[in-house]
Amino acid sequence: MMPSDHLTTYLIVGAFMLFVGLFGMIRHRTLIGMLICVELILAGAGVNFMAFNYFVAPDPAVGQAFTLFILGIAAAEAAIVISLVIAIHRRFNSVDPQAINELRG
Amino acid sequence: MTLYRYLGEAIFFGFIILIMFGGLVTVWSRLLMHAVLGLAVAFIGVAGLFFHLGSPFMAMMQVLIYVGAVCVMLVFGIMVGHSPTQIDRLRWSGNNFLLASGTCIAGFVLLTTTLIRTRWTAAAERVGDFTMQHLGTAFLHEFVLAFELISVVLLIAILGAIIIARPPQESDPS
Repeated sequence: MMPSDHLTTYLIVGAFMLFVGLFGMIRHRTLIGMLICVELILAGAGVNFMAFNYFVAPDPAVGQAFTLFILGIAAAEAAIVISLVIAIHRRFNSVDPQAINELRG
Repeated sequence: MTLYRYLGEAIFFGFIILIMFGGLVTVWSRLLMHAVLGLAVAFIGVAGLFFHLGSPFMAMMQVLIYVGAVCVMLVFGIMVGHSPTQIDRLRWSGNNFLLASGTCIAGFVLLTTTLIRTRWTAAAERVGDFTMQHLGTAFLHEFVLAFELISVVLLIAILGAIIIARPPQESDPS
């Protein structure tokens, strides 16, 4: 059995993408940088769905459909967040998450 | 036969290395433009894994939507908000860095050991196969509601993005 025939290999890659994305969300200090890392986490979720679909699921169409829905949601989310970033940049003249503190008590 | 098998395995590991390299570049680069390029490399690696998982259609979709659309949109966002060469300045001390990396590494190790120890049992029998026909039939029969909803969600997201990003107009009541 080659490593590419094991479900665990793919799941470890998915876990790697999840935690790298999480670390990047903490590390990047700009809104766009955090959005980039969210995309990494979503792609890791897609890898997990496809791996379970190939090795475990009874119907191979289900996992592919879920991954395609994740792709659609990720595209919509990126569009919304980027328009928010543009609006924030116009209002505050900065994309630093710590500059947006108008509601802070 | 075995030669092709080993060749395929080497390509598989090449894709995993692409994912790891791209992910680490995404996290470590201080230029946001480099982070987006790293993200694109990682997505190409993910598309290669989808090929190995029996779905060339999803691999192509991954390249089209993620590399082709989302990454280009992110580049637009960077161009509007920053100068592309702006350095992401870090304001955390060494203590915070240790906390963040320690948490992520510990979580990864915990999850990986759990994954290795778990025995997954495959489904007793398969219905359908990996062909494009089966996927298309599933989309237009079982998942037709979700399939239509996702297009409505995309439409509303694009409309909302335009409305949010539009500069305030003179005629607006607010």
